[in-house]
Amino acid sequence: MSSRENILKEVAKNQPADRALPIIDIAVSTGLDEWIPILKQRLETLHVTIHEVADYDAIKAILKETAIPQERTVTTIEELSTVSTFIDAVKEDAHSLENVDLAIIPAHFGVAENGAMWVTDSLVQYRVLPFITQQLVIVVRRESIVYNMHQAYEKIAGTNYDFGVFIAGPSKTADIEQSLVIGAHGPKGLTLFILG
Amino acid sequence: MHSTITNHADAALDFNVDEARVNWHDKTLWFIREKRDLVSHAIPEWEQLRDYASSIKNNVLSNLSQYLKEFEANAKANGAIIHWAADAKEHNAIIHEILKKHNIDRMVKSKSMLTEECGLNEYLEANGVEVIDTDLGERIVQLAKEPPSHIVLPCIHKKKEEIGELFHQFLGTEKGASDPQYLTGVARKHLRETFLTRRAALTGVNFAIAETGEFVVSTNEGNADMGAHLADVHIASMGIEKILPKQKHLGVFLRLLARSATGQPITTYSSHFKKPQPNQELHIILVDNGRSVHLGKEDFRNSLKCIRCAACMNTCPVYRRSGGYSYHNAVAGPIGSILAPNFDMRKNKDLPFASTLCGSCSNVCPVKIDIHDQLYKWRQVLMKEGYGAPAKNASMKMMGWVLSSPKIYDISGKAARIVLKYAPFIVSNKLNPWYKQREMPAPPKESFKEWYKKNRK
Repeated sequence: MSSRENILKEVAKNQPADRALPIIDIAVSTGLDEWIPILKQRLETLHVTIHEVADYDAIKAILKETAIPQERTVTTIEELSTVSTFIDAVKEDAHSLENVDLAIIPAHFGVAENGAMWVTDSLVQYRVLPFITQQLVIVVRRESIVYNMHQAYEKIAGTNYDFGVFIAGPSKTADIEQSLVIGAHGPKGLTLFILG
Repeated sequence: MHSTITNHADAALDFNVDEARVNWHDKTLWFIREKRDLVSHAIPEWEQLRDYASSIKNNVLSNLSQYLKEFEANAKANGAIIHWAADAKEHNAIIHEILKKHNIDRMVKSKSMLTEECGLNEYLEANGVEVIDTDLGERIVQLAKEPPSHIVLPCIHKKKEEIGELFHQFLGTEKGASDPQYLTGVARKHLRETFLTRRAALTGVNFAIAETGEFVVSTNEGNADMGAHLADVHIASMGIEKILPKQKHLGVFLRLLARSATGQPITTYSSHFKKPQPNQELHIILVDNGRSVHLGKEDFRNSLKCIRCAACMNTCPVYRRSGGYSYHNAVAGPIGSILAPNFDMRKNKDLPFASTLCGSCSNVCPVKIDIHDQLYKWRQVLMKEGYGAPAKNASMKMMGWVLSSPKIYDISGKAARIVLKYAPFIVSNKLNPWYKQREMPAPPKESFKEWYKKNRK
């Protein structure tokens, strides 16, 4: 008998009598206007730079102001293709992204309670892009913000993705004597545009 | 130093030689416990979340064989290749086979306690495969040729000066440099080159979803993603107990995990791997290694609910003062002490005794494992099976004899009081573990019985 059959047989034999799944019911009585300040507060503790903007022109203006000319910047947002190299499909080996200084990507939505942004592969083309870039910029629509992770998974339910990730701030580590260092293997900085 | 002593009390003694260091270790972990309190208390429904998590895990254990089949079918439909490993040996051999097939002799690995449990690094190295751990803490202990001493903070026992010395030796940093920012920057550069040149990446699995066939990996550094997305072959190793029934259950567990572990509301990255990238192979290895037998033990199966947050370690007064290595097991602390005897009762017979049974571990556990009750139950099993320490066995027998007769009890009580009064060195000496770092209390003048007889009128 193969290991598969053995394991499944042994597990079936030893598993206890059925215990029912709980019904998850966590009520949220507040709304978007309460969530945005919570999100912003959360992002500050995560060392995220926040800009609340009305439209893409405002984003372009801020990006132009802060951009360094010799940097390699890429974006997967068509509206920003005039300020950054637009990537609309996977055309090269992902390793070619190793010298990307700044990547600008959209998020499907954000979560106020923990500052996490939901990003899937269709939004970034290359899965490694939000990790390999030195600096990451995420654009999220204001009305897409939810309060907690239960609402987040209600939004995700039934959507199609091959890879998805919640991103909450720049990469970090505190492995050396619990001293927080921003910029472990992923981006050293994260800027969030809250649009609308 | 990494102790090779395989008895908790002796190894703890070794760790306690450097008192200043023990105090530092203790304080650092308590600081994390306090952060955990702060963020968990900020959530009004925290206790409800723990109840949900516990119930979901109970449901998982009671339907595990069905969920495993469901996960397998959905993951296969997603394009993953599924392997089943009965034990550590088979797990390691499967990985070696995959690498051989692709002619790969160098691999990156993000954090996986399961591969520590299976001794994967040693096995692969013996077979000519270089493994580089990419989590910073794990890389540090790997350079020091030590195992992790904590499941979330692998090098929590190390001072930055020691890490600086390791980096000087292996990564060419300046001698004497110990600034965490500087050292992390050097590791970033060194590992970035590694990520870009490795064709195989192994990751652990935090949660695997039966309903969708996807699995979730949580990291702060982004190392799991850097490895997996740049590799031709992604191998994910998971214990069979890592299953969750539905995707929506992640909402409960991702709210609990990082808050319990480090006091963060969520880790920087919670990556959901569903399908392999085009031209990439995704392998998922489902590992039993004693878990199916463990599942059959009514008193102890509960510990299979563990999500490896380490809250029980950070809060444990014994762990904080004895260090991870004193547990001589891949998973240390209270949870390690109830998991380890399931694998090998003889080798880990000391671990259930490495506790004060204060219950703090059970109080912080996000999935409500009855950790301290299990520690107590393991002690009873071990004594029954004859694994008690000889001195403890003898003294317990003696105690039983004394307590069985009121007369002998009275006489021995009186004798003890006289002896302690006139010859305190009998207990106040190095042979008595209770005398270490504390004074013995003065013996009372009389027993309660004697006092009661005099005073009841």
